[in-house]
Amino acid sequence: MNWAFFGGLLSGTIMYGVPLLYTTLGEVIGQRAGMVNLGLEGILLIGASVGFAVSIETGNPWLGVGAAALAGALFNLVYAFLVATRRANQLASGLTVMFFGMGISAMVGRAYVGGGIAGLARYQVPGVAALPWVTRTMFNYDLLVYLAVPVAVLVWWVLYRTRWGLSLRAVGENPSAAFAAGRRISALKYQAALACGFLAGIAGAHLSVALARTWTEGMTGGRGFVAVALVIFSKWHPLRAIVGALLFGGAVTLQLQLQAMGAGVSPFLLNMIPYLLTLGVLLVWSGARRFAAPGALGRVYSGEE
Amino acid sequence: MVVLRGITKRFPAVLANDQVDLDLHPGEVHALLGENGAGKSTLMKILYGFYSADCGEIKLQGDPVHIHSPHDARRLGIGMVFQTFTLIPAMTVAENAALYLPDLPPVVDTRRVAKQISSLGEKYGIQVSHRFPVRDLPIGDQQKVEILKLLVGRARVLIFDEATRVLAPHEIEGLFDIFERLKGDGYAIVFITHKMREVLACADRITVMRRGRIAGTLTRSEATESALVALMFGDAIPQEATSAPLPPAAPGSALLALRSVNTRPQGASTPLRDVCLEISQGEIVGVAGVSGNGQRELVDVILGLLPCAAGKRLLHGEDATSWSAGQIRASGVGFVPEDPLGMAVVPWMTLSQNAALGDVAAYARRGGLSLGWDRVRQDIVTSFAALEFEPLSLYAPVRTFSGGQLQRAVLARELGRRPRLLVASYPTRGLDVRSAAAARRVLVQLRNSGGGVLLVSEDLDELFSLSDRLVVLRRGRIVGAFRPGEVDRHEIGHLMTDSEVGE
Repeated sequence: MNWAFFGGLLSGTIMYGVPLLYTTLGEVIGQRAGMVNLGLEGILLIGASVGFAVSIETGNPWLGVGAAALAGALFNLVYAFLVATRRANQLASGLTVMFFGMGISAMVGRAYVGGGIAGLARYQVPGVAALPWVTRTMFNYDLLVYLAVPVAVLVWWVLYRTRWGLSLRAVGENPSAAFAAGRRISALKYQAALACGFLAGIAGAHLSVALARTWTEGMTGGRGFVAVALVIFSKWHPLRAIVGALLFGGAVTLQLQLQAMGAGVSPFLLNMIPYLLTLGVLLVWSGARRFAAPGALGRVYSGEE
Repeated sequence: MVVLRGITKRFPAVLANDQVDLDLHPGEVHALLGENGAGKSTLMKILYGFYSADCGEIKLQGDPVHIHSPHDARRLGIGMVFQTFTLIPAMTVAENAALYLPDLPPVVDTRRVAKQISSLGEKYGIQVSHRFPVRDLPIGDQQKVEILKLLVGRARVLIFDEATRVLAPHEIEGLFDIFERLKGDGYAIVFITHKMREVLACADRITVMRRGRIAGTLTRSEATESALVALMFGDAIPQEATSAPLPPAAPGSALLALRSVNTRPQGASTPLRDVCLEISQGEIVGVAGVSGNGQRELVDVILGLLPCAAGKRLLHGEDATSWSAGQIRASGVGFVPEDPLGMAVVPWMTLSQNAALGDVAAYARRGGLSLGWDRVRQDIVTSFAALEFEPLSLYAPVRTFSGGQLQRAVLARELGRRPRLLVASYPTRGLDVRSAAAARRVLVQLRNSGGGVLLVSEDLDELFSLSDRLVVLRRGRIVGAFRPGEVDRHEIGHLMTDSEVGE
C-alpha cells in the first residue's frame, strides 16, 4: 500500500462514481414523481453513443455532451408517454425503453466503433501540485466531475425549495391530492421524465466522451440498474445519492485494484464486491424503506372519474 | 352566496341527485342531513367540481359559474374537506398548505407559509404544530390541517363531508367552536352528516335529503329531532313488491352464535363491543344501522376474516372461534359482499372460472391437477335456472357484467353451494328494481327451506319486509333487538342516529 494505491483509489472512485451520480439524480427526480424507470440503461447507452458520435463529427466534446443530454431527455419521453399518457405498467415500460435504447445506440454507434477522441479537457485543482503525496491523476478531472456535487445540491434545492419541486413530490406521494390542489399530473410527470433523461444522457456522454473516449456496444455495463438501487440506498434524497454513488464507485475501484495487485482471491469473487455491498445495504435499509419511498411510487394514476 | 338550481346527476345504477335546489348564505352553517346514499356527498362534490352535473346551474354571488374541476372550485373560493383526507403524509403541514396557496411563488419559502398558518390558526383557534410531517399528527389535528389548507387557499365556502366521523367527542366540540369563529367572519359552511345531535348542535339551517331529492329545509328554530327523522326516513313508505306476508318462522337450532364478541380497533374502523347475536334455521336476521357503525366488522368476524379479540363464535353448535375463513366457508357459510367486484370475484376471470373459485376443492380432479369444468358449468347453469335468473355468458370476464348481472352471478354461485347460513351485506345496493326483487326473493327462499340469513342493509323498507328479527348496530354495539312488528321506522331511526325519541 502506498500513496499511489490511495491516489488511484480516489480518482477511480470519482471517475466511476460521477456518471452514476448523474444517473441516480435523474432517477431520484423521476421516482419522486412516482415513476420507477428501469429504462435508465437504455438512456445511458443513447447518451454514450450520441455523445461520442457528435463529438467525433463536430470535434467538440462539449457539443457531444449537450447532444447526449438532449437525446436522453427526448428518448425518455417514450417512457413518459407510455406511463403518463397510456398509463402502462412502469416496469414493462422501463424494460421496453431499455431494449429500445440498446438497439438504437448500437445503430447510432456502429459507424464509430474503434474511433478515438481527445475527450473532455481536464483541469488540475489549483495549488495541490505542491503537496508531496499527490500523484498526477489524483486531482485532475474534467468539468463534469467538478459539477457533479453542485448539480446534486441543485437537484435537492429544486425538489425541496421550489414550487415545481413541491408539486413534483406531491404527484409522487399522492396524485389525487396533487390533482385536488390543481396540479397537472401528466405535465409534471413529463417534466420529471425530461429531467431524468437529461441527467442520464449527460452520464452516458461522460462515460464515452470523458472516461472511455471510445464507443463499444453495451459499454454501460449495468450502471442503469445500479442507479435504481442507489436511489433506494439514498432513500430518494439527492444529497445521500452523492454518498451512494461514491461508495459504489469506491467498491468497484477497490475490486479492480485488488485484482491488479494480484490478490489471492478469485477475480470472480472480487467482481462481486460492489454488488454484495449493494445487496448488504439494501438488506439493512429495507426495513426503513417504506417510510422514505414516495407514496404512489410505481402506481398507475388513473385520474379522477 | 351560492345558489344551486335543478342539479341532476345520474350514475349508471342510480339517480344520485334529482332536481336539487340549495342556497348557501355567508355567516351560516348549513347542515345537509340524510341517510347514506341520499345524495348529500354527490351534491357537494358537484359544487366542488369533482363530478359534473348532468344538468342544473350553479350561481356564485349572482353570477352563473362553470365548475369543471376542484381547481376551478378553489379559484372561486370553494373548498372541501373529505372523509378521507387529501393530505400528503410525508410532507410537513406547511408544505401541504403551500400546495394550496393560489399565489405560491416559484421559490417556496416554507417559513413564510408556516407564519401565515400560525396567524390564521390563532385567529380561528386552530392550533397545530407545523414542523412535523403530517403522518405524525393525530387524526384530529390532521383535520385541522385540512381546514387551514382551505383557509390559506382563501376559500370562502367550506364544505365538510362527514367531518366528525373520525373525531372524538371533545374534538367535535372543538370543530364546532371553529365553525362559530369562521361564521363570525362571513364564511359559508356546509356540514354533511347523518347525526342528528351534531346538526342540532351546530347548524343554522338544515336541509334533509332523501333518495337524491330535497326532503325539506328547516331553520334551526323550526327543527326538532322528530321533524328531522320524519324528513329523513319518510312518512309514507311505499309497499315493497316482494313483501308478501311471510309465514311465521319456526326457528330451529342455532346456526350461528356470537357470544360477547369484541374486535381490536384498526385504523378508522369501528370495533365490535360485546356483540351477542344468534341466527337460527329458518330465519332472516336484519342488521340496521348507519354504515360505518360496525357492520363490516360484524360480517368479517362471522366469516373469519377478522379475529375475535374476546368472546366466542359458535357455528352449527361447535366452537368455531379459531376456525379459518376456509373452514367456515366449508362448513356451509355463504357470503354476498357489499362490493362484489372487489370481494367476491376476480374481475378478469370468466364466470365459470369465478364459479370454480367459489369451491375449488369440490371441483378438483386428479388430486388438484385439473378441474371438472363440465361440472362447474353444469352447476352454475342449474343454479341460475333454480333462481329463475336469466342465464349469463359463462365465458365473458365478469368485469364486463353490469352491477345487477354481477350480483346475480354471485348469488347464483353462493346459493348453488346450498349454504346453511348466508351472510348478505347490502345485497341490493346499486341494483335495479327487478334484480333487487330477485335477490330478495332468493333470500326468502333460502329462509323458507330452513337456511339462516344475516341481512345487513341500510334500506329500512327492505329490512322491515324481509327480517324475522332486527338488530340495530351503533358504534360497534347492538343497541336494540326487535321483531319488525314491534317497532316503527322512527324508533329505529332514532336508535341508528343516537337521538332521543319524541323530543
